[in-house]
Amino acid sequence: MMILQQPLYKFKKGGLVVTEVNAIELKGITKRFGSVVANDNVDLSVRKGEILSVLGENGSGKTTLMNMISGIYFPDEGQIFVNGEEVTICSPKDSFELGIGMIHQHFKLVEVLTAAENIILGLPGKSTLNMKKVVEDIEKVTETYGFELDPNQKIYDMSVSQKQTVEIVKMLYRGADILILDEPTAVLTPQETEKLFTVLRNMKKAGKSIIIITHKLHEVLSLSDRVSVLRKGEYVGTVETKDATAESLTEMMVGEKIDLNIQRPDPVNPTKRLMVKDLNCISKEGVKTLSNVSLEAYGGEILGIAGIAGSGQKELLESIAGLQPTESGSILYLTKDGEEKELLSMKPAEIKNLGIALSFVPEDRLGMGLVGSMGMTGNMMLRGYNEGRGIFTNRKEPKELAERIIDQLQVSTPSVSTPVSRLSGGNVQKVLVGREISAEPTVLMVAYPVRGLDINSSLTIYDLLNEQKKNGVAVLCVGEDLDVLLELCDRILVLCGGKVSGIVDARTTSKEEIGLLMTKEEEEHA
Amino acid sequence: MASEKNVSNKEPLVHISKRDTISFGKAWGIRLLAVVFSLIVCALVIFALTKLNPMEVYHSIVDGAVGTERRLWVTIRDTMVLLCIAIGLTPAFKMRFWNIGAEGQILVGGAASAAVMIYCGESLAPGLLLLVMFLAGMAAGLIWGLIPAIFKAFLNTNETLFTLMMNYVAMQIVTFCIVFWENPKGSNTVGIINARSKAGWLPALGDLTYGWNVIIVLTITVLMYVYLKYSKQGYEIAVVGESENTALYAGISVKKVIMRTMAISGAICGIAGFVIVSGASHTISTSTAGGRGFTAIIVAWMSKFNAFAMILVSFLLVFMEKGSVQIASQFNLNENASEVITGIILFFLIGCEFFINYRVEFRKKQKEAK
Repeated sequence: MMILQQPLYKFKKGGLVVTEVNAIELKGITKRFGSVVANDNVDLSVRKGEILSVLGENGSGKTTLMNMISGIYFPDEGQIFVNGEEVTICSPKDSFELGIGMIHQHFKLVEVLTAAENIILGLPGKSTLNMKKVVEDIEKVTETYGFELDPNQKIYDMSVSQKQTVEIVKMLYRGADILILDEPTAVLTPQETEKLFTVLRNMKKAGKSIIIITHKLHEVLSLSDRVSVLRKGEYVGTVETKDATAESLTEMMVGEKIDLNIQRPDPVNPTKRLMVKDLNCISKEGVKTLSNVSLEAYGGEILGIAGIAGSGQKELLESIAGLQPTESGSILYLTKDGEEKELLSMKPAEIKNLGIALSFVPEDRLGMGLVGSMGMTGNMMLRGYNEGRGIFTNRKEPKELAERIIDQLQVSTPSVSTPVSRLSGGNVQKVLVGREISAEPTVLMVAYPVRGLDINSSLTIYDLLNEQKKNGVAVLCVGEDLDVLLELCDRILVLCGGKVSGIVDARTTSKEEIGLLMTKEEEEHA
Repeated sequence: MASEKNVSNKEPLVHISKRDTISFGKAWGIRLLAVVFSLIVCALVIFALTKLNPMEVYHSIVDGAVGTERRLWVTIRDTMVLLCIAIGLTPAFKMRFWNIGAEGQILVGGAASAAVMIYCGESLAPGLLLLVMFLAGMAAGLIWGLIPAIFKAFLNTNETLFTLMMNYVAMQIVTFCIVFWENPKGSNTVGIINARSKAGWLPALGDLTYGWNVIIVLTITVLMYVYLKYSKQGYEIAVVGESENTALYAGISVKKVIMRTMAISGAICGIAGFVIVSGASHTISTSTAGGRGFTAIIVAWMSKFNAFAMILVSFLLVFMEKGSVQIASQFNLNENASEVITGIILFFLIGCEFFINYRVEFRKKQKEAK
């Protein structure tokens, strides 16, 4: 009953005034996995026609809780009420019959089928299908709520955001009244997020209840009616969003006051480290991904790279790292003695052989930066396994490095040999960033370094980047959250359609100016 | 929509959840239990189908496999061949290169060894002859493994189909060679090569009939274990198997690793061909590999690529095979009868992996635990 002693309780009182039957009500839900208590005596209620945010750090039990509502897990203790009646949810089917639909982080769609086919997949019906009728019905749903969806488009032709739309429409088509979205915005661009929120607000107006799990506080504040907070599996409380601020929510989540401001030390005698000139890049499909990109990166500063997803950020970083075939241009590296070295179309191993310590934290952490099935030790070896003589690997030093990183970055892992794919997103990122920084780089490139990470982990990563900056490293940071880029970086380069649409001073520019630069190309065409 | 009314908050009867870890002892305990269960089921099946005493049938199987010294050695000899092939497949499978062309690699390896045996049997000193045969078998298997790897590396062809088709090419090559090597003429078989001089036959090692077979294969097993676990190249194989992008990122040349690993894989399968020709059959035919290239895939997967578990699994399979021949003749049963038994045992062994990977909890049990 620790909760009672905290001032937070006064917020909880507001939530106890029940005027009508709640769409979902959880009472005293407990779930254990072996010795780990994932949810401890959690209460939660969702009113009809409201958007409830569930907030909590990585590993606070949000997803476990939602999985119990959607029938994937079964609670060890506690009761679930739907529309005021106590129910038993043994399987996703049970959950669905109660009108609950969950949209998972990983979509469950058949790639070769169309949107409409996916939507009706598995539904009972007559032996003959009237696809035309189905498509009409789907279009009715999409019109009602303002989705943009072509029911006849194949899934493999769709962007992540479109796939998500299919998942949501699928649930609505099947008559779900309560929707649960697990971190829906983690994979979306700001523009796509805004679209999603518009639809969600329309759904709310239509009387649907929505539970949304997210890490992003400004989304919580702008979208939801109430916020419920979990911390380490325990229910902390529920507040009305209008009474909450980013600071108060963080405090509930973390249990202590946290300074949300990101540090930005002034650069100390920046020296030119990297010069990219007229870089051109063509993808395997023959599409121009980078055209005449030029930039200069200085040691001792953080250069932010902004842009709508797919504007060439990935290609730019991978070209510099030697992972992307380039068409023309030049990538010059300036050594400490002022010597110029051309890196264009060099392989990672060749760059390393030149004595250049170039570190890269790619966007796809487990698919490129790490080996998921290996433990931390194995992953520490990835960059330097080939060093040293002889045909055998040296595991002693990597193991020590792994232990150091666990210690310094507070990675939570059972042991250095636990496969990293089993770790949570934040810990995976710490492992990757930790390794890349341990190489004592002169250039550090990071892509979406805090994607999917909670506040505390994000702040740790920002601190690490700042520390590198202070050490005179040239840091290139691709980000999607403009607020963060504006607070963290010294200069921001904006990419638009593979071109540099502007390089601005982060201290003096505004979000609007960057937003305009991000869509410059489209405006010119319009 | 929900219309059914639930009276009480009942739990589902069975709960399945993925295990994080399982102790070594517990895992093998489950496997042992699976064997016991499978033997009980087999006993019931045997009795139901043949009305024979299951214990007698079991006794006959054991007798057939290890009943006499001669039978024991044959079982060991065939275990070693199967093990050798499985070891050969392991590096390729670890790299997620689905080499199902072991049959072909064994055949060409065996054919190359046989060729050396036939053409140089008289001219080379015994020790040197064996060495040349060994190298020839290895080289032939290496080339056979390398061809699909080159196509995979440079043209990204599908290795599964490619290696499979290479098996048939190898068979045709052997058929073609038999035309030249047939003995006696017109028999369309090669017959026992150097039956009188025994040139190119692996000799017995002291009292141990197939001692050399065991030494060759176990040496390769240990080397492969060390190679995969501790060498830089073994590490590269693991990284490439997990993700080519990660390999690229780490500065590993994926093409090189694919070709090198398949060369090793093919070479070891080629050596298996040598062991069969020189150490067991002393002849060559299209059935020299005899499906063992495929059986070895089961061995490798069931052992989860653990070199030492492979010894056990190969032994089990060969043991059952030898036993089946015995019960077929002793009880006048069709050989298929014992395949039924092998099938049931494999079913339980593979099925028990489910209980090793997942935890199954029953409602009652959980309530008691509270």
